[in-house]
Amino acid sequence: MDFSNFFSHLTPATSFFYVLSFLTILCGLMVILAKNPIHSVLYLIATFFCLSGHYILLNAQFLAAVNIIVYAGAIMVLFLFVIMFLNLREEDEESKTNLVKIAATVVGGTLGVILVGVLRKAQFGTYNPYVFDSQAGMVESLGNVLYNDYLLPFELASVLFLIAMIGAVMLGRREAGDRHF
Amino acid sequence: MTISLDVAFIIKAIIILLIFAITLLIATYSTYAERKVAAFMQDRIGPNRAGPLGLLQPIADAVKMFFKEDFIPAQSSKWLFILGPCLSMLTALMTSAVIPFGDSIQYSSAPGKVWDVAVQAIDVNIGVLYVFGLVSLGVYGVMVGGWASNNKFSLLGAIRAASQNISYEISMGLAIIAILMMTGSLSIRHIVEQQHGGNWNIFYQPIGFIIFITCAFAECNRTPFDLPECETELIGGYHTEYSSMKLGFYLFAEYINMFVSSAMISSLYFGGYNYPGMDWVQAQLTGAMGEIAGHNVATLIGTIVFFGKSLFFVFFYMWVRWTLPRFRYDQLMNLGWKGLIPLAMINIILTGGAILFLKPLVMSFLK
Repeated sequence: MDFSNFFSHLTPATSFFYVLSFLTILCGLMVILAKNPIHSVLYLIATFFCLSGHYILLNAQFLAAVNIIVYAGAIMVLFLFVIMFLNLREEDEESKTNLVKIAATVVGGTLGVILVGVLRKAQFGTYNPYVFDSQAGMVESLGNVLYNDYLLPFELASVLFLIAMIGAVMLGRREAGDRHF
Repeated sequence: MTISLDVAFIIKAIIILLIFAITLLIATYSTYAERKVAAFMQDRIGPNRAGPLGLLQPIADAVKMFFKEDFIPAQSSKWLFILGPCLSMLTALMTSAVIPFGDSIQYSSAPGKVWDVAVQAIDVNIGVLYVFGLVSLGVYGVMVGGWASNNKFSLLGAIRAASQNISYEISMGLAIIAILMMTGSLSIRHIVEQQHGGNWNIFYQPIGFIIFITCAFAECNRTPFDLPECETELIGGYHTEYSSMKLGFYLFAEYINMFVSSAMISSLYFGGYNYPGMDWVQAQLTGAMGEIAGHNVATLIGTIVFFGKSLFFVFFYMWVRWTLPRFRYDQLMNLGWKGLIPLAMINIILTGGAILFLKPLVMSFLK
């Protein structure tokens, strides 16, 4: 492959894509390679930012914003919150015995082989420039699709969320006479 | 490859730089204004040594901040300790990008061809969500800095900040949803344009406004909700270990957040750059100065009005700070979860009902 040729044909969008992809993979790797759990969480937040960058490249601004609000803004704050309380140290590494490590390697390797086997002959979907709608990711079109074509699954998902929320409140509730903390 | 610079690009660049500079300037002088307002409320004089009326006080403060020893605690995680104030500043400064500061600047490149450049850094159609996302990210600076200090008081401050922000974000989002139901757009510019002609959202959404401004106080960590830095319990809260300009960044970020949230309040509820009689003013100006120059001057007046409204809310922040005592932490949580969230939900239901039943009724009555 001729790399000089490759770089000269990069449009701004594709060069953004490659930089973003590189950053995404780097941050994703650092999540599992970082020793300190707080660092892992911060790298995970950076990964979400990179993913939002990909959404913006696809002109899906709504998804990008919601991804930041829900994952980076709410869920990861809670992750960080809990980890700060636990105050994990590197000595806790000892809990991983050799058996656990071997089992993890086997499972991870098998998953990797399966993924390669499945994706080896996969057909990459291409887009048709004549019917491609660049506005497909905008709020209006997303709302139309959600509330017209997928109304029932959407409503069911919201019921599921409601049940999960009530369940969490029930689990966390103090009975009368329970200790405070 | 040639880079072509057209006039629209240059105007846009100037607007973006001006917005950035003015945000910083207002934040700088808010520190001065805060001390003057505090002095006024407590019947004192306030800073009056540096320059006439003490106007150079912020600059003197900045110089002092820069020349103090920049101390990093030995047992802290150094990079995160530095990252904390940087994140606070970054998220605070990014927010003003989507706020419409004025209508638009017009110029004609050729006869009969008029270009329109909006006085706004970027007009994205998810403006409200963008601001909301950055507000929810603002807590990371406090959390990272507080944890990295390796100090129990800092950690407690950071954790308070996180739980406070998460709690008040919910009711803030619900208050905004009522506005979105009325305007049907996520673009802040559209929301402002729909309030043209005295149709300010404050008249339709008084409950939503009260919820929003309460949450804005909590999100900016301002008194009465400044529990993360509650000095009677936590020394200085999350910035106990900070000194020099790193501390300065934390304090400065708070003032930037204050200005930006004031700008959000005035554009969401108080008509943004709209003011009563603006059509008449624009007609007079275009009559006197021609189509394009008149429009530009009218835009300028609108921008000044917008800043006036925003600065009033900055003053309101200070007014409240020096009037109300600080809440207790359980009171804060009770107000957020048991007071504001149910109220915001009722507000959404009321707004929905009004749009469905009341609006057609009023419309048929008016015909």
